[in-house]
Amino acid sequence: MPSIAGLFFYMSEKIKKLNVSKPLVLDCKKTVKDFPLAYETYGNLNKNKDNAILIFHALTGDQFVSGTNPITKKDGWWVTAVGPGKAIDTNKYFVICANVIGGCMGSWGPKEIDKNTNQAYGLNFPVITIKDMVKSQETLLDHLGIDKLLCAAGGSMGGMQLLQFCATFPNKTFSAVPIACSTNHSAQNIALNELARQAIMADPVWDNGKYLKKNIQPKNGLAVARMVGHISYLSEKGMQEKFGRKLQEKADYEFSFDADFQVESYLRHQGFAFVERFDANSILYITRAMDYFDLSRQFKGGLVEAFKNQKTKFLIISFSSDWLYTTKENKDTVIALNSAGADVSFAEIKTDKGHDSFLVNEPEFLKTLKGFIDSMHIKFKNEKK
Amino acid sequence: MKKEFRVIADLLPRNIRVLDVGCGDGSLMSHLIKEKNIEVRGLEIVEENVKKCIYKGLSVIEGNAETELHQFPTKSFDFVILSQTLQAFYNPEKVLKDLLRIGKSVIISIPNFGYWKVRTSLLFFGKMPVTKTLPNSWYNTPNLHMCTIKDFFDFCIEKKININKVVGVNEETTSEIKKSNLEIKNLFSKVGIFLLK
Repeated sequence: MPSIAGLFFYMSEKIKKLNVSKPLVLDCKKTVKDFPLAYETYGNLNKNKDNAILIFHALTGDQFVSGTNPITKKDGWWVTAVGPGKAIDTNKYFVICANVIGGCMGSWGPKEIDKNTNQAYGLNFPVITIKDMVKSQETLLDHLGIDKLLCAAGGSMGGMQLLQFCATFPNKTFSAVPIACSTNHSAQNIALNELARQAIMADPVWDNGKYLKKNIQPKNGLAVARMVGHISYLSEKGMQEKFGRKLQEKADYEFSFDADFQVESYLRHQGFAFVERFDANSILYITRAMDYFDLSRQFKGGLVEAFKNQKTKFLIISFSSDWLYTTKENKDTVIALNSAGADVSFAEIKTDKGHDSFLVNEPEFLKTLKGFIDSMHIKFKNEKK
Repeated sequence: MKKEFRVIADLLPRNIRVLDVGCGDGSLMSHLIKEKNIEVRGLEIVEENVKKCIYKGLSVIEGNAETELHQFPTKSFDFVILSQTLQAFYNPEKVLKDLLRIGKSVIISIPNFGYWKVRTSLLFFGKMPVTKTLPNSWYNTPNLHMCTIKDFFDFCIEKKININKVVGVNEETTSEIKKSNLEIKNLFSKVGIFLLK
């Protein structure tokens, strides 16, 4: 395992970056410019520019949607849905994804060096919002020469970014697929995020966010934060079926606090694998952005105002066993879009795989996604003629 | 395409906004877009049908008309269509009220329980009728509130719902139903299509 500084240097060679020179006024009123936005693209933009798809990643995602992530050497986070011959076929479509600001895969975030102090920002990084993330990513479309996307898609926080994107930049995309998301965070979701933040902040290594100076990570706290997340991404039934009360490679209890149960072992593995690739302060900042997200609060006339004059064709997808962003919450977005007179479709995928369903191989979901995007491509081509 | 869908399409002007409640696999929706340049949305309860619509690029919302019509704003569509489903709701009166709220006009079709084959089945064989338009047996039929064209006609009058036009559909023929020919049409029409305002 290379040192964190070494890892970050290694990263810089593998990552495409756009220097965002246009000043960006953040929701916290600070203005920033000349900051890096890391991104990746897959496939080729065709001559008519009618095949561009923008993907927004979730809390712990990054720009490496498909193929092999060059930093972690693992599969891209949405390899089940994006790639050659996949639902979002990169032989056919030009797929773009950027690392959110506040993140830690090359975009401007708390682990980047503050030019004023020559040290990592840590908690001096401004509190950013979903809207800030989205505004910074719009500059990438300009950079790539894309006036109008064929489609934009995203699950969970990616879906929240997408709803914000459509509200802030109406008709910048022909179609949109917000998946397993909502227009604001419920009390339960804020509570779970707070649990993750408190776990990090309770780790003495965290040291008010200044751990990077010592080239270390609050691994224990960050791992617990990740474990909280993982529980919320599965369903009760899915977890029971996968783990039940099965013991981890042992015949009997060990009368200790080691990971006797498989589910414990799974959580520990997920937690400690995560700390190798993610920055603890980024979790604080990104979860905060999710909690602050509230589209109806942003627009004086509420959600109807947020979605008025939309020409974008929406497909909202929810998962029956998702208790983090329930079908009801997804349907509330459908109702708002309907009330605003927008063109919206909705499908609920019946599955036991919980919130994680959009990331795993869920055939019904992938078929629906593919069917929608392919049909939208035909319509978009006709519109462009 | 079903004869009934052709009659419904003929009742609709061009370039309007339509909501198809219980839109099935979207065949009527596709027809309305192609032939009449109608902006059409669907509501459908069967998951498989919802996906078929999505693959065709049609706008469809998965949901139950019995409980989810409230999401559509008042007078947000020029026409709302409900094809042969009214009798399957727990509370058809409430559903109909919602349809009349959402649409400036409403087209409703009903399988006619007054059709002569239905009547003879009960009269001569003493058994609940099973026909092409009513293919299920008594124990597995989704139809909870069967009615005749005459029943629905009277219902509209009682509830002060404005009947604009009624069309009776048989195998090959269609004909307009009026108060004067109601008795006979109620005997010979398989399906009744009502245009309400």
